[in-house]
Amino acid sequence: MIKRYLSAMALALGLFVATAPAFAAEGGEGLPSAGTNVNDRASLQRGAKLFFNYCVGCHSLKYVRYSRLASDLGLSEDEVMSNLNFTGAKFGEPVISHMPADSAKTWFGKEPPDLSLEARAKGVDFIFNYLNSFYLDPSRPVGWNNTIFPNASMPNPLWELQGLQVGVHSEAKPGQDSVVEKLELSQPGRMTPEEFKGATRDLATFLEYTAEPAALERQSVGVWVVLFLALLTFLLYLVKHEYWKDVHENH
Amino acid sequence: MANLFDWVNERAPNLAPTFRKHMTEYYAPKNFNLWYYFGSLAILVLVNQIVTGIFLTMNYKTSALEAFNSVEYIMRDVEWGWLIRYMHSTGASLFFVVVFLHMFRGIMYGSFKRPRELVWILGMLIFLVLMAEAFMGYVLPWGNMSFWGAKVIISLFGTIPYIGPGLVEWIMGDFLPADATLNRFFALHVIALPLVLLLLVVLHLAALHEVGSNNPDGVDVKHGPKGNRWDASKPIDAIPFHPYYTVKDLVGVGFFLLIAAFIIFFAPTFGGWFLEHDNFTPANNLVTPSHIKPSWYFTPFYAILRMIPSFFGTAIWGVIGMFGSILLLALLPWIDRGEVRSVRFRGMGYRIALAVLVISFLSLGAVGAGVTAELIPEWFPGADVTTVENAFGRLMTLGYFGFFVFLWVYTHFGFEKTKPVPERVTMHD
Repeated sequence: MIKRYLSAMALALGLFVATAPAFAAEGGEGLPSAGTNVNDRASLQRGAKLFFNYCVGCHSLKYVRYSRLASDLGLSEDEVMSNLNFTGAKFGEPVISHMPADSAKTWFGKEPPDLSLEARAKGVDFIFNYLNSFYLDPSRPVGWNNTIFPNASMPNPLWELQGLQVGVHSEAKPGQDSVVEKLELSQPGRMTPEEFKGATRDLATFLEYTAEPAALERQSVGVWVVLFLALLTFLLYLVKHEYWKDVHENH
Repeated sequence: MANLFDWVNERAPNLAPTFRKHMTEYYAPKNFNLWYYFGSLAILVLVNQIVTGIFLTMNYKTSALEAFNSVEYIMRDVEWGWLIRYMHSTGASLFFVVVFLHMFRGIMYGSFKRPRELVWILGMLIFLVLMAEAFMGYVLPWGNMSFWGAKVIISLFGTIPYIGPGLVEWIMGDFLPADATLNRFFALHVIALPLVLLLLVVLHLAALHEVGSNNPDGVDVKHGPKGNRWDASKPIDAIPFHPYYTVKDLVGVGFFLLIAAFIIFFAPTFGGWFLEHDNFTPANNLVTPSHIKPSWYFTPFYAILRMIPSFFGTAIWGVIGMFGSILLLALLPWIDRGEVRSVRFRGMGYRIALAVLVISFLSLGAVGAGVTAELIPEWFPGADVTTVENAFGRLMTLGYFGFFVFLWVYTHFGFEKTKPVPERVTMHD
């Protein structure tokens, strides 16, 4: 009896664990993996530094407070206020960009979106690949285009780090426009391509965190909950087994 | 303690007999298998939804302007708010997992048949209210999929001739899903439907306890041989619900919570199936999500809606098909004329039909969720996705409705060759 029970449970659990990874991947289907690890605190800190140096000029994180950043990223109030907060906001206030919405519309055609939940809406893989896929395109209003998100209105904020990429066009088929096949670095930046991949990975990690700060907590709590429930279920099984002895003797 | 018991007993003398009737002296067949866990698990999830729901309403703001922000407030600033919300969102999905399995159990073992038709009808009403409850709850976070899902589902009523367009406006209280819609859905989701749901669950159980539980053999335990070790006048193959099935169900509860905890703590969005990517963007009536699809538990019914084409200048056939697919389930006790309940003793035709029903239902779910639209280009490069998907989806729609047609013909004209049903239940362990 216990054998049958255990094998049924093992089977159910096995099926569940086997299918879970298929469901656990967060969006960005078919894109190369960003390879982020939201529990890597150093990566989070580097990502935060990049965000506050290159992104916050246009993009807010309206659901993220500076104080929460400090405690979650292991930084002191001073460190956050002098190194990350350039807008004069108070420690307990959320991260709001100073870009005026009206001017942004004139400059880019639309207001730069809030990025608090970007990693949940689009996926970290999308963010990572998007940041690596800008190329010069004189036909676009701001001079930039992107292979992951064609005709995006955003210029490459990290061009100093990455350098300048240009699109290599395929040969145009008759009646069709040529498409960008791959991107090539025409002018190197301050970082090597490998370093730049690492930097954008850190940025994606940071945005993964801002999309769900609870992610830092839930897995470590979850381990204990699961262990407790496993023990409880086993004890409950023993109780059931004891009670059911007379049913089994009786038939 | 004994004094307290006497004190209560004097004032409410029917309390103890009621407890006995439904627990310690409710005799259930002793051969329940794995499929019999899902009823008690459904109650567990219902309680979870109500309790976590109460805590969510403490911080949720019912307003089109504030709803989305307040959900993020719960996720970030409310102590353990993320856990409460994940318990509620995961619970919603698992509610349907449990209820689908519970319903399938009923079909497989013929639990809907005489004398349990009322139990089945009440169960189908629960399912209907549950779907309305889930749909309205899905709208409340006011993400972009909430908005567009609400728009698509409500506009289904627009296909009704003459009154359709006016009805849609009346339901929404506006020309689009808007603040008025959100507020009334909140009222229905938090008060009206849960009350109806609770009442129906009580009636479902009361009706069940009148006629007694079915079992995997479909043997009529209640009218079989009498005399068990607790009571000489009670069925020989039955045991008191409490303590035997309470302790057994607790094992199921523990195991179920283990799986739920895995999801809540390690994959709360379940890869976009339990919480969808597009719903992490606030509602926006100018930006349509690339694929509007309902939550996974509606996808089989949604696929039926999509697969039935418009003709005679109206799209109402799909809507009729979708609601009809649920109505037919409710009518099962009268469609299936067979005397034998359990699949264990039914004809080969029934077993095959049951397999077709399951395959059709799951395939329709895949069509409705857009899984086939993704797989078809991979499996059949160069093929026209819509053509292949429609062909497949319509075949599966035929499979689903075919089950009911076949079942009626099969049993009404006596084509079924059943096996003899034993007098006593069998226990396999």
